[in-house]
Amino acid sequence: MTEHIDSVKTYVGILIALLMLTALTTAVARVNLEAFSVVVALGIATTKMLLVALFFMHIRHSNQLTKLVVLGGLLWLGILLVLTLSDFATRGWIGVPGK
Amino acid sequence: MAEHSSEVASHGARVETLDLREQFDTAEQQKDASTLGMWLFLITEIMFFGGMFAAYTVYRRAYPEVFAIASSSLNEIIGAINTGVLLLSSFTMVMAVRAGQLGQRNMIILFLILTLFFGGVFLGVKAYEWNEKFEEHHIPGQTAFHLEGLAPDQQGHAQLFFSLYFAMTGLHALHMVIGVGILSFLTWQAKKGIYSASYFTPVDVAGLYWHFVDVIWIFLFPLLYLIDRHLGK
Repeated sequence: MTEHIDSVKTYVGILIALLMLTALTTAVARVNLEAFSVVVALGIATTKMLLVALFFMHIRHSNQLTKLVVLGGLLWLGILLVLTLSDFATRGWIGVPGK
Repeated sequence: MAEHSSEVASHGARVETLDLREQFDTAEQQKDASTLGMWLFLITEIMFFGGMFAAYTVYRRAYPEVFAIASSSLNEIIGAINTGVLLLSSFTMVMAVRAGQLGQRNMIILFLILTLFFGGVFLGVKAYEWNEKFEEHHIPGQTAFHLEGLAPDQQGHAQLFFSLYFAMTGLHALHMVIGVGILSFLTWQAKKGIYSASYFTPVDVAGLYWHFVDVIWIFLFPLLYLIDRHLGK
């Protein structure tokens, strides 16, 4: 593997994008988007995460094994969140006698 | 890179150097192993923070209005500026790694010191914010705890928000403090001239850790500071 070296321009571009997204998420939080507020906030945060992971953490140039391990990690996080929330979200569905 | 590191001594055994230790075939394999190892550690960290994010989601779902009012008591402008500071530190960190790739020792030191500076500013601002909470009586468990705009029976739910706030930002800050320690050590090592274009793995791997801590904050900021801001105080 020849080490891939990104240009300073790329990194500066990513930094500017990250700072602009931070300003955007702060500004948009004042707008009433009802239930979509949290969707927009997390959407922007996920975009920022991807920029940091792909460029600053060099996932773009990582080997397949590292990419697979990272995706596997996110899968486990997904299991943690989905199973926890599916429990709390459905507790009221079935009437429990005597409660 | 490979030729340099796999120099063969006169008796036929490979010389063990920092850029190629005995158990690895090539420098590339050694570097990939380090990167993979760091990512595995970071995944345990994702799960560690993941538990807190799950707890946060459960309680925010249970008390959405209280969480919105409690969140609005935080200063989101300071939070946004601090996010910017941390992003800047990630930028200087990646520049330090780039300097490592190019073998520019002085630039590694310069960018590590800049990263330490921005990390320090972030922690300073965080300390200021925490102190503000003490003065406003927004510390969970305080007998004097009181959040304006909430009925007495909702104060407990607001304490829950602040418990999560302190646990999550505190754990994040602890990771920052550890990161500052690691980067200080690396700066000292870099001053001794250990790192070159063929060996800068510690800088690279510490960079992964630093960016990971940044990513955690990228999620903490909107989740703690920006809940339903439009409702106002």
